[in-house]
Amino acid sequence: MLESIQTFWSGLPLVMQILAKIIVIVMPLMLAVAYLTFAERKIIGYMQVRIGPNRVGPRGWLQPIADALKLMFKEIILPSSANRFLFVVAPVLSIMPALAAWAVIPFGDEMVLSNVDAGLLYVLALTSVGVYGVIIAGWASNSKYAFLGAMRSAAQIVAYEIAMGFALVGVLMAAGSLNLGEIVKAQSGHAGYWFWIPLFPLFLIYFISGVAETNRAPFDVAEGESEIVAGFHVEYSGMTFAVFFLAEYANMILIATLTAIMFMGGWYSPFPESVPVLGQPSMLWLFAKISLFLLMFLWFRATFPRYRYDQIMRLGWKVFIPLTIVWLVVEGVWVYIKLDPWFA
Amino acid sequence: MAFTDLVFYVFAAISVFAGVRVISSRNPVHSALYLVLAFFTTSALWLLLEAEFLAITLVLVYVGAVMVLFLFVVMMLDINLVSLREGFARYLPVGIAVGGIIVIEMIMVLSARYGDMPKPAPHPASYSNTEELGGVLYTVYVYPFEIAAVILLVAIVAAITLTLRRRPGTKHQDPAKQVAVKREDRVRLVKVPSEPRQ
Repeated sequence: MLESIQTFWSGLPLVMQILAKIIVIVMPLMLAVAYLTFAERKIIGYMQVRIGPNRVGPRGWLQPIADALKLMFKEIILPSSANRFLFVVAPVLSIMPALAAWAVIPFGDEMVLSNVDAGLLYVLALTSVGVYGVIIAGWASNSKYAFLGAMRSAAQIVAYEIAMGFALVGVLMAAGSLNLGEIVKAQSGHAGYWFWIPLFPLFLIYFISGVAETNRAPFDVAEGESEIVAGFHVEYSGMTFAVFFLAEYANMILIATLTAIMFMGGWYSPFPESVPVLGQPSMLWLFAKISLFLLMFLWFRATFPRYRYDQIMRLGWKVFIPLTIVWLVVEGVWVYIKLDPWFA
Repeated sequence: MAFTDLVFYVFAAISVFAGVRVISSRNPVHSALYLVLAFFTTSALWLLLEAEFLAITLVLVYVGAVMVLFLFVVMMLDINLVSLREGFARYLPVGIAVGGIIVIEMIMVLSARYGDMPKPAPHPASYSNTEELGGVLYTVYVYPFEIAAVILLVAIVAAITLTLRRRPGTKHQDPAKQVAVKREDRVRLVKVPSEPRQ
């Protein structure tokens, strides 16, 4: 049985094999996005001593399906004198990089769609392209609120991307490779070997910048529903809005995955390898770490009030960027003296 | 024609089209977006040359940062298109002349130096463009590279000093002070004797 599947697989043309792999990555991702929205509403509900959605299906488990169906059947309204083409293209521009970045994400030792040498750069480039969806949406909507949201988002993302890039330079120095798979392999071993210990400030800065880059609370000034209604997607309805929504959550999962891969040892177990079963590296460990970081995203949203705009800029330019530069110098010294066990 | 040739011609055609649209489209925001498209297709062409580091850096720096700021400014400015297009016919001959001279110059320089360019040979699978570039930059060209970096740093400092204005009258918050405030700094307990009942 297994052998016949294998011969069938290798008999397929290369394009079909790649397509099949893409489906195997994207389908669970979309399902994860759907249930992340459900988890968000439930978890924040419990944090605020509410119950959250519990009407659709057993214990509310069909809620995201119902939401998706509702959004699909709603009318897409084009605002008057909006730029039609850009208005429709903006959500696509926003989800395309969020999905394309998954091409280089390794899930296991050899389990990666495309084993690119410059994977880290590729991911950084794609996450920075995502801002175009927001800016174009804000401009093409022909609405003041949307435009304000787009302007805020543009300034914010440029500020935090620099800190993010510097944090990635730290990872690059520690791992000595731009290949995401090699970065994980450089951290092989239990939790003490992972990069989060020597790169702790960079780890925090990367994750916080990731929260800012995905426009999540407390950095969600681009949406800012109490100030500018819904920011850049205020004019969007139906499926076009749903695509923005998908992109935001897919980006959250992407940032959580990248943090897990670059600082928390990817698929390696936090226990020493001598521990039976639990000590083995596995994809499940990667998923557990991703879930932990996703919980942090939701926890932030339930805990912190929204940053004021000037405070966001101050944090990005005057705190994060100097801090990353200082830590790169510290790390350079450690790499030079080959500090055990991370830089040996 | 091999598949890569087809890919090259498709991206080259889109790139040229986008370049023309940058200067010919009526809306400055559209021009900026066409410039983004031109950067993307150029980076695809570089990828075909197996220069993946340069290709991705082009997208990262120009598309991800420079053009975002460009769009930011272009969208904020309310550019009067009529006055911009006024002198178009008058300046057109000069523009065509300058453009023609540049094209001829480039053809002369490039054909004299490179002539018949051989087709770039594909590299082995272990070839890493990033390593290659880093090796050359930090060994052979280390001094020019460092000097360029210092010049850039000077430019950054200059740009910041140009925009740094000290305005003594403005009120702004100092978060460090705000955080360091103690109860004693703000709260003063005053004993007020209660008045006797009338």
